[in-house]
Amino acid sequence: MAVVEPEHEAHDDHHDHGEFIAHHFESAEQQFDSGKLGIWLFLVTEVLFFSGLFVAYTLYRVLHPEIFDQAHVFLDKYLGFANTLVLLFSSLTMAVAVRYAQLGKNQHVVWYVLGTMVCASAFLGVKAIEYTHKWDQGIMVRSYFDYHAGHHEASMPLARALGVSDYLIWISIVPVLLLVGFALFAVFAKLTEKANAAFFSACMAIAIGGYFIGALAGHFYMELTDGGIGGRSEKAAALMAYEDETHSDHEHTDKPADHHDESAAEQQKETSEIAPYEGPQNDEFDQDIGIFFSIYYCMTGLHAIHIIAGIGFLAWILWRSILGHWRSDYFGPCDYVGLYWHLVDLIWIYLFPLLYLID
Amino acid sequence: MATAAERKKLFGHAENNYLNCTKGIRSWIFTLDHKRIGVMYLVGVTLALLLAGVFALILRLNLWTNTSELLTDAQYNQMFTLHGAVMVFAFIIPSIPAALGNFVLPMMLGAKDVAFPRLNLCSFYLWILGTGFLLWAIISGKGLDTGWTFYTPYSIQTDTGVIYATFGAFILGFSSIFTGLNFLVTVNTMRIPGQGWFKMPLFLWGLYATAIIQVLATPVLGITLLLLIAEKAMHIGIFDPKYGGDPVLFQHFFWFYSHPAVYIMILPGMGVISELIAVYSRKKVFGYSFIAFSSVAIALLGFLVWGHHMFTSGQSIVVTLIFSAITFTVAIPSAVKVFNWLATMYKGSIALTTPMCYALSFIFLFGIGGLTGLFLGALSTDIHLHDTYFVVAHFHFVMVGGTLTAVFGGVYHWWPKMFGRMYNDNLGRLSCFLVFMGFNLTFFPQFVMGARGMPRRYASYDPEFTIFHQWSTAGAMVLGIGIVLGFGVLVYAAFKGPKVAGNPFGAASLEWQSSSPPDFHNFIHQPILHDPYDFESMIYDEELDTYVPKEFMEPDKQPATEPEPQTH
Amino acid sequence: MSHDHDGGFAHPAPPKLLITVFIALVLLTILTLAMSSIDLGLMGAFGFWIAMSIASFKAALVLLFFMHMYWDKPFNVLVFLSSSLFVILFIGLTLMDSSHYKNSVDEYPRQPDPPALSP
Repeated sequence: MAVVEPEHEAHDDHHDHGEFIAHHFESAEQQFDSGKLGIWLFLVTEVLFFSGLFVAYTLYRVLHPEIFDQAHVFLDKYLGFANTLVLLFSSLTMAVAVRYAQLGKNQHVVWYVLGTMVCASAFLGVKAIEYTHKWDQGIMVRSYFDYHAGHHEASMPLARALGVSDYLIWISIVPVLLLVGFALFAVFAKLTEKANAAFFSACMAIAIGGYFIGALAGHFYMELTDGGIGGRSEKAAALMAYEDETHSDHEHTDKPADHHDESAAEQQKETSEIAPYEGPQNDEFDQDIGIFFSIYYCMTGLHAIHIIAGIGFLAWILWRSILGHWRSDYFGPCDYVGLYWHLVDLIWIYLFPLLYLID
Repeated sequence: MATAAERKKLFGHAENNYLNCTKGIRSWIFTLDHKRIGVMYLVGVTLALLLAGVFALILRLNLWTNTSELLTDAQYNQMFTLHGAVMVFAFIIPSIPAALGNFVLPMMLGAKDVAFPRLNLCSFYLWILGTGFLLWAIISGKGLDTGWTFYTPYSIQTDTGVIYATFGAFILGFSSIFTGLNFLVTVNTMRIPGQGWFKMPLFLWGLYATAIIQVLATPVLGITLLLLIAEKAMHIGIFDPKYGGDPVLFQHFFWFYSHPAVYIMILPGMGVISELIAVYSRKKVFGYSFIAFSSVAIALLGFLVWGHHMFTSGQSIVVTLIFSAITFTVAIPSAVKVFNWLATMYKGSIALTTPMCYALSFIFLFGIGGLTGLFLGALSTDIHLHDTYFVVAHFHFVMVGGTLTAVFGGVYHWWPKMFGRMYNDNLGRLSCFLVFMGFNLTFFPQFVMGARGMPRRYASYDPEFTIFHQWSTAGAMVLGIGIVLGFGVLVYAAFKGPKVAGNPFGAASLEWQSSSPPDFHNFIHQPILHDPYDFESMIYDEELDTYVPKEFMEPDKQPATEPEPQTH
Repeated sequence: MSHDHDGGFAHPAPPKLLITVFIALVLLTILTLAMSSIDLGLMGAFGFWIAMSIASFKAALVLLFFMHMYWDKPFNVLVFLSSSLFVILFIGLTLMDSSHYKNSVDEYPRQPDPPALSP
């Protein structure tokens, strides 16, 4: 941003202002303390931002425990567990990176921040597998919830060739573009002898590569366990078998083969009338089960948005580490981004048992 | 001690100041200077006020007859919604903190700027963006007819531009969060050495309490509106009963933010009034720590009373009783403030300048607004008065009679500091008189018809209420004239008014120890800290026709020994 | 404002401590997972609260050591912890109320068949 300020006379001789101390601060410590309080307050706003979702979660769980009982079996707790470990590890690397920033060892900061970013991307890769797997089975938010078990044949040739879901191809477009873009730019910068830019771009390409590591690992886990059934209890398997039966009947009679025809679906939406609701019944698949997934998608989706934003902030820290900005009296931004990153981890620490480990 | 020439440089009228230190449009749109951002905010919120005020006048004109001849019913719904949404989100919430607070807060602390100038500018642009989204609902022709509260399930069913408007409010929420966060940090870390918490002007306590609410409550509005957008776009079944959602939950979410937000609207106003009463009574403020802590108490109690908006929504009896009981406790800190203001004025040397007239209007109108709030907090009367014009009159007494008069009082008080020019005091007082009379004529009849059962938000009504509505409409016109006159006087003064020096009113808080308008760095010298209400510390300088700190005056005019002023 | 330019405000955390905390976090995660996999019968009712306690303990570890709260200013700690107070308030008061009208929400006529989303 172009900042237009008048020439400040008596600026450089006034205080011993370092390179990075803004003009309105008296000292490096005052600047650091301000930033620190600022980031803690920001984290407070984040906690309260998420609190709405926790309220919605608690409310529905208390009022409708049966829905949570039925629904949570669709979440694979081993994938959730793996993601928890990935995030915890990324928190460790971030904490170490902050330590090295405090010591002014910029080169170390680069590696540890890079490690954090790879973990962040890997987390998103696993999440992508989880999401797309559910979308394939029609496990959507409340109004689109239309569960059908079993293997879903992909329609895109590329997806079929890779043996993955159509959705996965769609949501992988952005990381592929970013990876290719950064890799190409790294080569370009290398050729034009912009060493820092080349190194940064290469690091970014590696960081985004983490997404594919996560996605591949998740994909093979799903293949090996036949759709990730490994995380489920016997009760769940029984429930799903029951649902398969009733649902396939339903599909054959009510809906003709063009299940995926958009116009038919729309028509159905228009003609449908509001029917009285019989009320939730035990041991049966409740239509309100979709509310669980609404909450699940809102919570994990918002969390994933924070991860993506975190990757952006980390990239900024990475760039400044490459430029060697951190000193023992100036490491604030690295510390602040670290705090943000730990908060994202903190929220996941609660999300994991709340969503994946309902008993 | 300083010579007259030095005093003129430090405390006189400055030809070179923050307004003209750099030139060109870029120097304004990319500025990080809190004073310029404050001025831009002031222009912005004034435009929002005038726009929403026009909506209000159209509403009142429509209500002149009981058959709604001017607008269709749908247009009427859109008009009152936009009036409310623009007033609340784009005007009242940012008015005092973001416009006046931005200008004054760092100077009151003796600081050069807020802690995060970039965040401050970002807040302003988010305000523009958010207001743009709100207005897009009008420009796109879709309108908005949910009321400013966006209650489900209606907001999910209506075809109007709920998504634009809620997204706008979401963005405005972040603008407000950034301002609050910035102020909290600035007050905590950037006070001038020696300025303890209890040596801060009370305006800062008001802003601090406001900022606590902004940081704690506004994120909940953010998530509420996001969920509403998701509900409307995808039917996620959290708020929509057709999909198993809980519409009352939306009200809980909404009021968890919006009740504290009511105090975002009034607390800074109370802070302004605390300043004005002390300065224009030239008397040390009575019960400083009571006023200071009552601000924080109001802020915190504000989080415990949201359910009193939901007495008739199907809320359980127990919760209703709890919320009603806690609601009454809010009256205590509010009354503490009013009594302290009155006690400050007692035996003071009261100068009935324009800001003081506005401050006195505030006390009177806020008194009525606050006391009628108790009627609404009481369960039995609320069942009768719920959603009637009584409620409309109540919150307008607090928000317009309270906040708007505080905005005017504050703007009149700091206008000479902002632009270095004085307004016409008589015309200012006339505007205050028109605002006060017009306001009472508008809203007092609404209490009466509300108590007689006139429901709010109706385009047409029973003929028996015609006379009240006509009084109200006539009053609204007077109020409108008063507001336009008030701004007209100020705008004229900013360009053509007589030049004034740094401290024409003899106020003792730090922002007055600068030239008018202030220098880019706020202070040319390191300001000298006194008690903000020790008016003896400022001495009248005849040559400059202004008040300067006693340390800078010749020894024969001041009693105590003084340190060498630090100039550079 | 007096300060020394050697950066007296930095508190680098010892690596050993960080790694120990990480290992503790992993072990606690495994413990939570194991608890949910093995049906302990008696724990059923308390399972949720035990899981939440473990999560809170993990959160405390992250806050204290990864987020340097242990070395931080008390005011910053107060600021952050106040957020949890308000979250509890929000959840608590909303929850007190909701069971009251649960039936009217449950009995509300539903939209019958979800519109299918084509992939």
